[in-house]
Amino acid sequence: MAKYLLLKHYRGAPAPVNNVAMDRWTPTELEDHFQFMRDFSARLEASGEMVDAQALAPEGSWVRYDGEGRPPVVDGPFAETKDLIAGWMVIDVDSHERALELAGELSAAPGANGEPIHEWLEVRPFMSAPPTFTE
Amino acid sequence: MDDVLLRSLTPQVLGILVRRGADFATAEDAVQEALVEAVRGWPADPPRDPKAWLVTVAWRKFLDATRATTSRRRREDRFEDEPAPGLVPAQDDTLALYFLCAHPSLTTSAAVALTLRAVGGLTTRQIAAAYLVPETTMAQRITRAKRTVAGVRLDQPGDVATVLRVLYLVFNEGYSGDVDLAAEAIRLTRQLAAAVQHPEVSGLLALMLLTHARRPARTTPDGSLVPLADQDRSRWDTGLIAEGITILQTALARDRLGEFQAQAAIAALHADALAAAETDWVQILEWYDELVALTDNPVARLNRAVAVGEADGPRAGLAALATLDDSLPRHAAVAAYLHERDGDLATAARLYAEAAHRAPNLAERDHLTRQAARLNQQ
Repeated sequence: MAKYLLLKHYRGAPAPVNNVAMDRWTPTELEDHFQFMRDFSARLEASGEMVDAQALAPEGSWVRYDGEGRPPVVDGPFAETKDLIAGWMVIDVDSHERALELAGELSAAPGANGEPIHEWLEVRPFMSAPPTFTE
Repeated sequence: MDDVLLRSLTPQVLGILVRRGADFATAEDAVQEALVEAVRGWPADPPRDPKAWLVTVAWRKFLDATRATTSRRRREDRFEDEPAPGLVPAQDDTLALYFLCAHPSLTTSAAVALTLRAVGGLTTRQIAAAYLVPETTMAQRITRAKRTVAGVRLDQPGDVATVLRVLYLVFNEGYSGDVDLAAEAIRLTRQLAAAVQHPEVSGLLALMLLTHARRPARTTPDGSLVPLADQDRSRWDTGLIAEGITILQTALARDRLGEFQAQAAIAALHADALAAAETDWVQILEWYDELVALTDNPVARLNRAVAVGEADGPRAGLAALATLDDSLPRHAAVAAYLHERDGDLATAARLYAEAAHRAPNLAERDHLTRQAARLNQQ
């Protein structure tokens, strides 16, 4: 029982094998892709492994403290930012192997020509609560 | 009657329903509903015989559920196939339920969830909160687990070792949400020890009690970890320690050593020391040798290296550590500690920082970062 974040990037991940921008897909290819994603989520819900799934808009701002009594500095978005997160799934699974297996399946989502995208997904373990038996 | 006392009746009531011919999955739902009704109604109107009340209400819920389904005829057919309810003692039912909920066909997380609900009487919401997943996720996990064991008869003998593994994991999960899983694991292990005579059940119960006894001293109020050597031993729970040691001694006298008894013996030797400096590391090392011989577990070997370092000096500990795979969790932390004891502070600081980087949880990372920072200031 461990939680993992499956992270999807707009930018910053290595190029997928089937590398065609989504806006170049046919309507059927798009619908097949969306259906795949819905089915994947439903399957994780049914297996009791789903914790959360969210998508992020590509635009965002950088914010920092600018000293006592001053409004925070807001800047960006910076076009050169290399890493841009598109969204995530949080899963709660029995093993690291299971997390990799699910990420592999998710990466097979269909894209152009109905072929798997082979998209790179980042798999990150959550920091857990400290176990009792460690002393 | 408090919530825990009420929940302790769960396996007995469920066992009675199943012996009357109810299928496990439906009966388990029915018992849950009866528990909810009891929590709501008993404070104002306590029953004279709580168990009889639960059996009556749960059986009625079961019949309602059965009537509500369209497959009524099929269920009735199955009733006729079931053996007539016998006069089996309730403890056998309890034991059978432990076996069923830890059945080898279940994944670990499914076995844990099903045990907490069907034996522990916790609600799905409580279990979900304790494991920080949505309630719907936990509900699905339990439903699938029940489906997985649907074909398993309750009178099939099981393996105590699989049950102990589930209870060990529940205890190890600690405390989050409104359910104290460590306390719940102890309760369920006590109940199991009452249902079956087995030295390893006693060993695990003793290990849990001796470990739980140290909980008040293990963390500061802000959640920081306090290592065993630095703990305020006056805060250890002497009542739990005494109970744990008595249970362990009785188990060891049966001369059927197992890994939990060996771990409990190590915990008992720590508990015996009034100050960290008085710890009998030579005896602890002997128990680690037993433990490694029993399990050949890499984590046991890593902990053994610490004991070697304390018993025979840090150089000997580092030599023991050198034989182990350095990708093991906490390997760098142990190496850092032994190098510090050996006086090589620069190496220790570097290894503490590396260990912090690889720590599996925030409390350990913060602790290891503090160790590295402390040495780097010197």
